[in-house]
Amino acid sequence: MTPSETAVRGFVGRALERVEDDTLLRGQGWFIGDLDPLPSTGHAAVVRSPLAHARILSVETADALAAPGVIGVVTGADVARLSHPFPSALGDAAPSFHACAVETARYVGEPICVVVATDRYLAEDAAELVRVEYEPLAVASDTATAPVVHDRSFRYGDPEAAFAAADLVVRASFRQPRSSATPIECYGVIASWEAATGSVTAWANFQGPFTLHGVAAAALGIHGSKLRLCTPAESGGSYGIKSGVYVPIVLMAVCSRALGIPVRFIEDRVEHMLASQHATERLSEVEAAFSHDGRLLGLRLDLLDDVGAYVRAPEPATLYRMHACITGAYDVQDVAVRSRVAVTNRCPTGLNRGFGGPQLYGALERTMAIAARRLELDPAELARRNLVRVEQMPYRAAAGAVYDSGDYERCLDAVLELAGYAELRAAQAPARAEGRLLGVGLACIVEPSVSNMGYISLAQTPAERAAGLPKSGNSEGVSIAIGPHGGVTVRFTSTPQGQGHRTVAAQIVADALGIDPADVDARTEADTAANPWTVSSGNYSSRFGAVVASAIHIAATQLADRLRALAAPILEAEPAEIELRDGAAHAGGSSVSLRRLVGAAHWNAAGVGGEGLALTCTYTVPIAAADPDDRINGSACYGFIADVAAVEVDPETGVVRVTSYATVHDAGRILNPLIAEGQVLGGLAHGIGAALLEEHRYDADGNLETASFVDYMPPTATELPPVRSLQIESPSPVTPLGAKGLGEGNTMSAPAAIANAVADALGVDQLELPLTHERVWRALRR
Amino acid sequence: MKPAPFILERPETIDEALALLDRHGDDAKVLAGGQSLVALLNLRMARPEVVVDINRLGDLAGSLVEEGVLRVGALTRQRRLERSPGALAACPLLGQALPYVGHVATRNRGTVGGTIAHGDASSELCLLLATLGGSVIAERAQSEREITADDLFVSHLQTSLEPQELVTEVRFPALGTGWRTSFLEVSPRHGDYAFCAVACALRAADGRVHEARLGAGAVADRPLRLRAAERALVAGESPRAVGEIARGEVPARDDYRHELAGVLVERAITAALA
Repeated sequence: MTPSETAVRGFVGRALERVEDDTLLRGQGWFIGDLDPLPSTGHAAVVRSPLAHARILSVETADALAAPGVIGVVTGADVARLSHPFPSALGDAAPSFHACAVETARYVGEPICVVVATDRYLAEDAAELVRVEYEPLAVASDTATAPVVHDRSFRYGDPEAAFAAADLVVRASFRQPRSSATPIECYGVIASWEAATGSVTAWANFQGPFTLHGVAAAALGIHGSKLRLCTPAESGGSYGIKSGVYVPIVLMAVCSRALGIPVRFIEDRVEHMLASQHATERLSEVEAAFSHDGRLLGLRLDLLDDVGAYVRAPEPATLYRMHACITGAYDVQDVAVRSRVAVTNRCPTGLNRGFGGPQLYGALERTMAIAARRLELDPAELARRNLVRVEQMPYRAAAGAVYDSGDYERCLDAVLELAGYAELRAAQAPARAEGRLLGVGLACIVEPSVSNMGYISLAQTPAERAAGLPKSGNSEGVSIAIGPHGGVTVRFTSTPQGQGHRTVAAQIVADALGIDPADVDARTEADTAANPWTVSSGNYSSRFGAVVASAIHIAATQLADRLRALAAPILEAEPAEIELRDGAAHAGGSSVSLRRLVGAAHWNAAGVGGEGLALTCTYTVPIAAADPDDRINGSACYGFIADVAAVEVDPETGVVRVTSYATVHDAGRILNPLIAEGQVLGGLAHGIGAALLEEHRYDADGNLETASFVDYMPPTATELPPVRSLQIESPSPVTPLGAKGLGEGNTMSAPAAIANAVADALGVDQLELPLTHERVWRALRR
Repeated sequence: MKPAPFILERPETIDEALALLDRHGDDAKVLAGGQSLVALLNLRMARPEVVVDINRLGDLAGSLVEEGVLRVGALTRQRRLERSPGALAACPLLGQALPYVGHVATRNRGTVGGTIAHGDASSELCLLLATLGGSVIAERAQSEREITADDLFVSHLQTSLEPQELVTEVRFPALGTGWRTSFLEVSPRHGDYAFCAVACALRAADGRVHEARLGAGAVADRPLRLRAAERALVAGESPRAVGEIARGEVPARDDYRHELAGVLVERAITAALA
């Protein structure tokens, strides 16, 4: 059956309601805070550094140890004794670090020691009694002047020739501020050290990537097989940030080992803001070479990321996740890139929704809008002249990405129509005559999904890479089984955080087996000791739709083949002639129910033979390691998004109102339009927050000024504009179902689209995110 | 994020509550709706020895209009007042300002007396009390007194209430017929602390303003009544000119808020007159 046939006949592609929601709406979900798997578990409170950079002279714990309910205090010295520094992709270039500061604290909020007590109240009371003596050290608080620990330059095509031939060169500087994703549930860990086996069992709301499982095991000095990592069934959201929970997993495992009891840590909001994981600040210098008629001839990008105090895995991935598609949606082959990493005395950075995307497109798409002004072209026209064309697909981008499918110009046309672009433009001049400032902004971006395990190897020189082992691909393992009574259980390690993986898995399995999705139970609780998983498992780089769904499809298809083999002698037909539908196997007018086939396979196994009705398989997307010319296909799939934002700026107060937002996605085949729409709106909310409200601000002494929701402002429902969205489906030739990822795209595009709209309203080029009322008011007065 | 230890007292009567405050003085904090205090407790920024929870004092909830005054019991929830037709008719500014106070969920818990006693300089209700020239009734074990808004708000989060005193009632002067009102606010998001809020009430007839009340919140260390702007408005100055005068009355906390005060006063007058 081809994908388009199932789309008509099957459950895949239909807007099935989420099976997850009933449990959640009844309040019956099990979250990390609900789990109590072991008796006598202690509660941890972490004593954190109040200084951004300081030598730790002494840690006095006697008073805390004497406080009511205290079981023990674990200090940096204990952590140094019982664990190793975390491995870092940049080796010794940046400061090494343990799960807790040992001799030096390098950011406000860094753990200094852990107090474990019989409950969290008592643990916090005792934590106040720990006396730490510090010697303050100089603070690196400015990205531009902070120590640079990584500096690589890349050259594709002939950028010098492109710039020499240019009629216009646009130069612009941008700053993408620090932010974070603020899920409603913060980090949570329960860790237990088992002395007899030298192993750790940890329950945590970890989201992957499971590369970090190995990093945690290395820090604990144990084999990966000795770190059993389990996740609860439900997650209170992550959006990338819970990748970083591997650090407190190690810290709590050390506490458990030191104290001889299991230890629980439920992070609070201030801790989450201060010390979990931020998105990088990026300073970008962009030069774009254009011909007089608006052809983008060449690009030069100079990128500097602030990763905070340490280069914590998977950093410096923010720089390299988007590298392969650094030219975005445009056909330009002559490109120079310089990628640098600075360390500052701030919270370490890591995955946050859109990972690397807002940083790239905030610069690239603003540059295109500035160029359109200089060229006196409508931004939509400038985009049209430079978008990769449908007949170029699959398109090899300058830095190695292979754009697998997409009709970018059709999406552009669709979004212009959806937004009423011509009307929005026509309304601007009459409004301006009345003193009203209307702006329209466009963003055209490529959204990569399913990261190549090798992309971070671009941080190494080709010679360094050649000396090591190649890294490539992205895999997921799936186990599927039919029980004696016919119910199907499918297990995989996608660690969902609200994206409806269980719903979509049931749709896919139901189609392959010809059964109802209600007869499929998808289990997504990770358990590294029991469930299939790979080093690339987890919920990141929008990998579910493309790689996990593919693995589920292949596993279910293999199981379907076994059912056909069982049915063949009964139906007296060749397995290939047998169709599975409506809970039965059909061939030539006769049929046998799956229930009978399954019952026989279980209860008459010797009689009917066969391979059984449980299997595990692993699917890998074919994406190769980096080549010697620093090209890599960094992701398996590439979707496209065209957005139009319309804003009105109050000229007297600086208040920006997004009056409408239109977004068109081409993310390949859509597996469930309802869930896809939810992802689009959620991603857009994050993008709008980044555009207008969200910034983690530090003062010159390295103090975080935005450590609570009083000062750090995610958007609420009130701030979201009316949204029109549309999906255009160009199936991916890479994945068996033709699907791509789509959960992060609007987080990447919306800051650029809204900034372009505000710049258009104000008639200025220089703007800084987020576009707070006061900033816009000041921009109006420049 | 757990509070430091404290003793929780839950008096059943006002007298019991006043006796507790008398006994513990500075060591006690009153818990009403808890929308500010509980967060401060959890952050350990407030560390009272005793928390006196007044939520069982049902007599303190409710409102009535008497002799031209809207009398609101201290324990009246903001949301209850927002949905009370009698209160809104007597004081239409409440209906315009209360939607800016946090969110429905916080207004379901937050109380009128608690907000006033907290004395936040950006509080919408404190601004209304100052603009309208209202007052509070403060009771203590053996006495009670009425404190005008002018005397009540001392500085940011500081009032002239004694630790032994409990606000039992908040009094807003009712506006008679012929008054028009407006309330405007600029904040980062809906429900956030304002950058600037402006309340306006005026009595206009025959094309001129006969009486006016203007106030600005979040621009100083307490809600400000803009008396010079009021006089200018009654003297027949244009909304724009009154906005200029208001700008001059606002201390220059920063240039943005300064500008907002003038803009919002001008717009509030225009809106009230419309």
